[in-house]
Amino acid sequence: MEVGQMQRRLLDYTKTLLMEGFLDGQFLQLQQLQDESNPGFVVEVVSLFFDDSEKLLNDLTSALDQPSVDFSRVDSHVHQLKGSSSSIDAQRIKNASLAFRNFCEEQNVEACQRCLQQIKQEYYLARNNLETLFRLEQQIVAAGGSIPMLEMGF
Amino acid sequence: MTLNQQFCEMNLSDGKGSMSSVSSVVSSAGWRAADVVADNQFPAGLRVLVVDDDTTCLLVLEKTLRACQYEVTKCNRAEIALSLLREKKNGYDIVLSDVHMPDMDGFKLLEHIGLEMDLPVIMMSVDAGKDVVMKGVTHGACDYLIKPVRIEALKNIWQHVVRKRKNEWKDLEQSGSIEDGDRPQKQAEDADYSSSVNEGNWRNSKKRKDEEEEVEERDDSSTLKKPRVVWSVELHQQFVAAVNQLGIDKAVPKKILELMNVPGLTRENVASHLQKYRLYLRRLSGVSQHQPNLSNSYINPHEATFGPMASLNGLDYQTLSVTAQLPAQSLATLQAAGFGRSNTNPGVSMPLVDQRNLFSFENPKLRFGDGQQQQMSSNKQMNLLHGIPTTMETKQLANLHHSAQSFGTMNMQVNAHGGQRSQSNSFLMQMGQPQSRGQILSETSGEKVLRLPSTMEQPILSSGLAGGVLSRNGIGQNGRAAGYPPVSQTSATLNLPINHAAEFPSNSFPIRSTPGICNLTSKGAFQEEDNSDIKGSAGFIPSYDIFTDLQQHKTHGWELQNVGLTFDPSQLSNSRQTNIDATSLVLDSQGFSSSQSGRNGNASVVNKSLYSAGVGTQLVNAENVGQRLNNLHVDNSIRVKAERVPDPSCPTTLFPEQFGQEDLMSALLRQQQGSMGPAENEFDFDGYSMDNIPV
Repeated sequence: MEVGQMQRRLLDYTKTLLMEGFLDGQFLQLQQLQDESNPGFVVEVVSLFFDDSEKLLNDLTSALDQPSVDFSRVDSHVHQLKGSSSSIDAQRIKNASLAFRNFCEEQNVEACQRCLQQIKQEYYLARNNLETLFRLEQQIVAAGGSIPMLEMGF
Repeated sequence: MTLNQQFCEMNLSDGKGSMSSVSSVVSSAGWRAADVVADNQFPAGLRVLVVDDDTTCLLVLEKTLRACQYEVTKCNRAEIALSLLREKKNGYDIVLSDVHMPDMDGFKLLEHIGLEMDLPVIMMSVDAGKDVVMKGVTHGACDYLIKPVRIEALKNIWQHVVRKRKNEWKDLEQSGSIEDGDRPQKQAEDADYSSSVNEGNWRNSKKRKDEEEEVEERDDSSTLKKPRVVWSVELHQQFVAAVNQLGIDKAVPKKILELMNVPGLTRENVASHLQKYRLYLRRLSGVSQHQPNLSNSYINPHEATFGPMASLNGLDYQTLSVTAQLPAQSLATLQAAGFGRSNTNPGVSMPLVDQRNLFSFENPKLRFGDGQQQQMSSNKQMNLLHGIPTTMETKQLANLHHSAQSFGTMNMQVNAHGGQRSQSNSFLMQMGQPQSRGQILSETSGEKVLRLPSTMEQPILSSGLAGGVLSRNGIGQNGRAAGYPPVSQTSATLNLPINHAAEFPSNSFPIRSTPGICNLTSKGAFQEEDNSDIKGSAGFIPSYDIFTDLQQHKTHGWELQNVGLTFDPSQLSNSRQTNIDATSLVLDSQGFSSSQSGRNGNASVVNKSLYSAGVGTQLVNAENVGQRLNNLHVDNSIRVKAERVPDPSCPTTLFPEQFGQEDLMSALLRQQQGSMGPAENEFDFDGYSMDNIPV
């Protein structure tokens, strides 16, 4: 596939992600940061995020599975998740964790678990999406093109 | 502790981190205001320490900060951060810390840093709840950022460093022989600071220049130039030992100084450190204790003011909402009430407002400032300026009043801004009190009374939080000069076209306690009231979306306001919101139709509603904004000065007025006269000013 086409695909894909709420402005900002110096920055950050959150999610799952749920711990985990996801701008995860947090406050275990499921789903989705995105980028770079920057216009 | 003689060497010209080589006492990085100003490389090279347990965030932050050309050190544990800071006393200029950390609470870290190193600290969190932010403020954080942190926000953190230096310098100067015009009180630093902030950047820069000059002159006398004292751990321990020895009650700086017997340490250093220490102890023993104090002191105006302010704001808004029709008087009263409270001069401000009838068009000059504004008692209560601390009042009220004249016709442009400025600036804004600065300058006569608002706004702007509120006020006020029915609860027709120049860029809206108040800033542009409608909306309602709407409408006098008024709820600080909503709504309905000549109606509309609320709560502030708009029949500057009308209820909180008033006034005037632009600049508070209130 030629570079131009790939670039277009990438742009479209990014746009889609943005519209669907998977990403938002922050991500673009991150991308811009990347350009300036560190080429693999975004990938690095995102993978770091995914690793961390995976751990977090596991912790959360086990915490919720306990007979007596320690909500404060759960809460802090979720808070962290929220923080990380907002840094890289994974909107949906952030929103889902927000909802999760509310449930925590209400100490509603069931709702929490359901929410957790949802978060996990979002998480996997986001991960897939971003991975695809990165793959595309890699392809472009491999083909010798440069990664097109999405205008923050929209 | 080594007061460093090197200070001289450092000289201001060398602001950069290179000064750090001097290490020792010299203020970290040797940033001097002068240096800073002189150094055009600044803020590049600012040494930032980032603390966050989340690695992702940490990485992103580091990268972003690097992109701002800062020198970044990151660590993910608070203890590591503390030890880093202790090792290299002057190794950092500013610290960014997360709130939630597993090993140590972010606030505790904040306290430690404040006591030991006295560096500016910015808190960050995903959590944007008011309580948490409040905690940040009380613990002495310079600022509070919400994650995800944008690069623009990080680009500006250097201001905290400069600000702190400036204040310290001032302290030093005070203790020294340096004559500094502005250093009225060290304790009142906050107020001072805020006021200065309010007054506009020009003032600050002026002060800075003074400082610079002074510093340069004293190049050699180390005694004159007192470098910032760094309270190292041992020094602090010595201090604590001395205090304990004397007994916390009997611990006076002089004795402590003697006991410590550290060469080079001055009484003033000890005094200021003692103050901090006392606050710290108080905080430890219970926030409740602390708060009451706070409210009274400017130092923590935020805390204190919140309560009262809220009430005030609510009142104002209510009045506003009640009926845009509210006679200016009522508005004024509301304002007065609001202001009265907020103003440090409890009695003064408020009554003035009421009396002022800012709105009362009949009264040529609603003199708010005199605190006796109440004279206005008749119709134009709108003295939105109520809140404005005395200083403002006189000046601003006058301005406002001019405009207020037209109260009858709703022109009341409550220029309460002027008054509000002072108040709201620091706290008002934060408190969300609707310090109806909106001094409803009912300028029926089309006077640009609104000017005040602009000036007022400035102070308001100071409190970022407040900004939101202020903007509100301004908005409502401005637009609605005409038929702006004074939202007075008291049924005073607020018509004051609360010209509160919504100029308060985001800060002014007292209602807005949210950090996002900065919206006002955008609105600040209000001042330019062009006929087109309340520009103010664009200008002052920073946070208020409503205002923006209002502004758009400008033409419609109050109709627009409806939109704007809505801001109340959101904009207004928690408490106020309810009030404001009411007011805003009210205003909308009422005043706006009067579309005062398309003016500022936006602002006024908003204000109006606020006023109609008659609640007298801060809404007035909002009104002011609107008022301004209104007044301006003149399409000119609708200055919606989001003056914060200090809620009468919040007696303490409205202190900000003091500082801002003058600035506001000037801002207002300026705006009115010229393109409101200038006023805007002044108000350019991003609300940070309040943040710097040292604890």
